[in-house]
Amino acid sequence: MKKFLRSIVGLLSLCLLTVSVFRPVSAQESGPTDDEVNAVASQLYCPVCENIPLDACGTVACEQWRGIIRDKLAQGWTEDEIKDYFVAQYGDRVLAEPPVQGFNWLAYLIPFMVLVGGLVLLVFGFRKWRVTESLQSTPPRRKTGLQDPEIDQEYLRKVEEELEARTRGRG
Amino acid sequence: MKKLLLWSALALLIVILSVGLYRSQQGQINVGQPAPEFTLVTFSGESYQLSDYQGSVVVVNFWASWCETCKPEAKDLEAAYKFYKSRGDVLFLGVDYVDTEPEALAYLKEFGITYPNGPDLRTEISQAFRIRGVPETFIIDQEGLIAHLQIGPFLSLEEIKAIIDPLLK
Repeated sequence: MKKFLRSIVGLLSLCLLTVSVFRPVSAQESGPTDDEVNAVASQLYCPVCENIPLDACGTVACEQWRGIIRDKLAQGWTEDEIKDYFVAQYGDRVLAEPPVQGFNWLAYLIPFMVLVGGLVLLVFGFRKWRVTESLQSTPPRRKTGLQDPEIDQEYLRKVEEELEARTRGRG
Repeated sequence: MKKLLLWSALALLIVILSVGLYRSQQGQINVGQPAPEFTLVTFSGESYQLSDYQGSVVVVNFWASWCETCKPEAKDLEAAYKFYKSRGDVLFLGVDYVDTEPEALAYLKEFGITYPNGPDLRTEISQAFRIRGVPETFIIDQEGLIAHLQIGPFLSLEEIKAIIDPLLK
């Protein structure tokens, strides 16, 4: 019985050893998974069909490009190396995010400029609003008994006219 | 001063957007306009610069292996190339638009194409010609002006010859 158990344990150990030795080999043979390919493809855009990421594009061309990604990954290329290869072949427009250089700077600068401009406008707007509000909340001048600034002006104009007329009358 | 800065920034933004809009709305290169200068490096590594071929008629065909409508004209273009080859004053160039090299080479082999073909690296040539798709063919006269623009495939060898023959002096 002991001999039988020993031989079973020995057989199982041999099986485990075999599996552990051959498993990495079989993984290498299967190559990159679809998820690994799509992880890179999602960062690239189809240069033929506009605004469609490579991982979601169903055209023959996109299938070929996903095939290239698979081949490059299998050869041990990194994500950045693959992206550089695609840019060299098809131009910057394949990238989901344009590189920060040349005219592309505008893509990053304009939203920032609009945001800053909007904030500046808001700050000035609030300031003006506060000044107007404080002017409006100033208590009326009790000495003259007048409250409306327009009526004040009209009143002053009439007083000045009267004074002028009197001065002329004396002269 | 602050107002001036704000207005300047707004004016700059409008100028930038206008330039972008103008560039995106630019149509195709028309017949009679000068052909844009370009250099094509073929799959076998030879280099062809358009300005070196002033005095020759140049046929620039944009194609791709994934393009089904490119296939019917492939053999006619090769036949036309062979027809004019001995004259030495007609150059055929195939520009492979956003394609993968193994499939492109298989396409050239399948249709027996022997005239110079190369990839449109960084899509610079197709952008210079402002193509809208493939196949598109530009035939450039001996003065370097666009003499014919073919959108879609040629239907026969005779059609190609009917365009090239009057351009040859």
